[in-house]
Amino acid sequence: MEILTYLIPVSLFLGGIGLVAFIWALKTKQFEDPTGDANRILTKEWDDKPKP
Amino acid sequence: MTAVLEPEGFEAARGGLSACPACVAAPSAERIAQLSKPDHARLMLSLPAAHCAACISTVETALAAMPGVQSSRVNLTLKRVSVDADADVTADQLIRVLAGVGYEAHELDAGLLSATETDKQGRDLLMRLGVAFFSMMNVMLLSVAVWSGAEGVTRDLFHWISGAIAIPTVLFSGQPFFRSAWAGVKVGRLGMDFPISLALVLATGISIFETWNSGLHAYFDAAVMLCFFLLLGRYLDHRTRAVARSAAEELAALEVPRAMVLVDGAEVQRPISEVAVGDLVRVRPGGRMPVDGVVIDGTSEVDRSLLTGESLPVFAGPNTVVSAGEVNLTGPLTLRVTAAGKDSSLHRMADLVAVAESAKTRYTTLAERAASWYSPLVHILSFSAFGFWMWKTGGDLRFAINISAATLIITCPCALGLAVPAVVTSASGKLFRKGLLIKHGTALERLAQVDTVVFDKTGTLTMGAPEVTNLADHPRAAVEVAAALASASSHPLATALADAARAAGIHPARVEDLREVPGYGVEGIWKGQKVRLGRASWCDGDEVAMTATYLCTGEGKSRAFTFTDRLRPGAEAAIAALTAQGKSIRLISGDTKGAVAALATRLGITDWVAGALPAEKAALVRELTLQGRKVLMVGDGLNDTAALAAAHVSISPATALDAARAASDIVLLGQDMTAIGDAARIAKQTTKRIVENFGISAAYNVVAVPLALVGLATPLAAALAMSLSSITVSLNALRLK
Repeated sequence: MEILTYLIPVSLFLGGIGLVAFIWALKTKQFEDPTGDANRILTKEWDDKPKP
Repeated sequence: MTAVLEPEGFEAARGGLSACPACVAAPSAERIAQLSKPDHARLMLSLPAAHCAACISTVETALAAMPGVQSSRVNLTLKRVSVDADADVTADQLIRVLAGVGYEAHELDAGLLSATETDKQGRDLLMRLGVAFFSMMNVMLLSVAVWSGAEGVTRDLFHWISGAIAIPTVLFSGQPFFRSAWAGVKVGRLGMDFPISLALVLATGISIFETWNSGLHAYFDAAVMLCFFLLLGRYLDHRTRAVARSAAEELAALEVPRAMVLVDGAEVQRPISEVAVGDLVRVRPGGRMPVDGVVIDGTSEVDRSLLTGESLPVFAGPNTVVSAGEVNLTGPLTLRVTAAGKDSSLHRMADLVAVAESAKTRYTTLAERAASWYSPLVHILSFSAFGFWMWKTGGDLRFAINISAATLIITCPCALGLAVPAVVTSASGKLFRKGLLIKHGTALERLAQVDTVVFDKTGTLTMGAPEVTNLADHPRAAVEVAAALASASSHPLATALADAARAAGIHPARVEDLREVPGYGVEGIWKGQKVRLGRASWCDGDEVAMTATYLCTGEGKSRAFTFTDRLRPGAEAAIAALTAQGKSIRLISGDTKGAVAALATRLGITDWVAGALPAEKAALVRELTLQGRKVLMVGDGLNDTAALAAAHVSISPATALDAARAASDIVLLGQDMTAIGDAARIAKQTTKRIVENFGISAAYNVVAVPLALVGLATPLAAALAMSLSSITVSLNALRLK
């Protein structure tokens, strides 16, 4: 059962990464326009070069 | 919540100034304009037709190609585009460019769109929800081990780790509930949030105690799960309201209130709030009167249909009194302002609406009624369980508290918290796609109870756009002359006549020296003879009872071209749908008897009233209410405003004056009226689903509560009951069609 002393912190750490990523996405306003973002990925406009 | 479309908006309105061509001639005016010019502009436009990936790139490419535009971004969720541009780029130019690529756009008042506040609240809730989700998943992982039989030190260790995750989460994510429960307690009222907070605190407390004493059961998982599901309900609720609120703000921002004020003989554009009594204001043909005033120069005709419901334009010349909201049709007018902004007749009407609105908020929702019997019941159950087990076990405090906490957790309104928001979110999303905006939280429930529908005529059932009815009654030569005269004017009757002649394949005759006499009509020379098209009195004609324009060619009597209002698309379908649902339909209009009767027969409405004053409309609605009927009022004009506010629930089209929109609960965004029939049907379904959802959560409680009361509820049972009921309720909400 000693493995738990590694596994539990590891799983918490991984989950924490997810949480931090979510909070970062929230702070950088990535949930402002969900419909728009879902559609933007379908356009071919900036496929070859990034939008300036 | 009700005060979304506050008239204060006019104060905040502050559009960018743009120099007019006339200013170049007057240097002082140019300087005035220059001084008040911002150096950089951020413009907001509403794009009601945007819906796809291609729309985004079309709009953004078109705008990027415009000189002076630095960047633009479409927000498809809100159907808006925000443009950063040089100060000399005006919204009109952008609107023209967008119309060129096929998108209807309207200018929005950026100052009115105070989206930031609701945004912040939404983000805050979402963050708490995210944290609760993270903890729920981790605690659940640990709990699975305990449920499947971890014992001794391992169980205690797992409980301690769960506690370390759950306690901060409950403290952070539970704050919205604690705060609102505390606010309720302070005013001596127990809402849904009090049992929630109690369950959260008790569950966490008893779990810490149990863990400390290496007990069998800890409810950390239940506490966190409760947080998550209830926050989810809260967030859905918030989002529905935020969408409605921002769209309502958008409607208010659509009317950017500016006036052309004459300063030292030059025209300067000013926000309404800066126009003072005694100023001279110029109103162009096609423009809406921004203020109340007296005409001092120019002649024209004004369309008062939004204020009174009359479909026939009225003559306006010097000394005619005009009020804000009327539309100037043919010639430019100069007004001396008698009342502006808050004192104008438009705003006095809006104040009346505010009074009527406060009465409406007294409606008790299904959720409130459910909470009012649910809350005491839960507490009684929990405390009687505590008391019973204290007596039964001879004072085993720990066991009794455990039972009462388990009861609270099991009965906790996880599903109840989701029951209403899930259904309302799903319903208002459906209706939004059909072009209906639900402005008021309880509007759907009230709409479901409606049994009588009262319609206004001008602008609601009809578009306020005339079409000719008796073109075929006239000799071809007369129509040719009339068409030639009509094409020289932008008066709505004239354009309708010219369009009808073109559609009938009739070419205009050669008429020379065409001249529009604002306020009267158009005249010209045809075959050496003076011909006129216009008002009856100007043409020596006999006036007919309907909306008409008169042609006199000098030979014989004048000819009357009669008009009828064009029906709003979907009006027939909506009335048919409402009749099929067993609702009685009434038509009440301020227009003349002939016009109303014609429309009523066309739509098959037997119950109609013509020539009604605004007060009579409201009185009729009130009378119907007193008879025990639930009235749905559909109207758009200022004359309907009082009736809209007096009705049980009300709908107005987006083209209505903002006072009327403020008074109504639901706004019809598109032109098509078919959606009203759907709305009534969906509202009925919504209420049914909400009641069903309450039934489902009650059923879960009926099964689970006895288990909890006898002490058989384990944390596993609590977790199962909670998640199963929440999922069932959400799925049931999605069944809405």
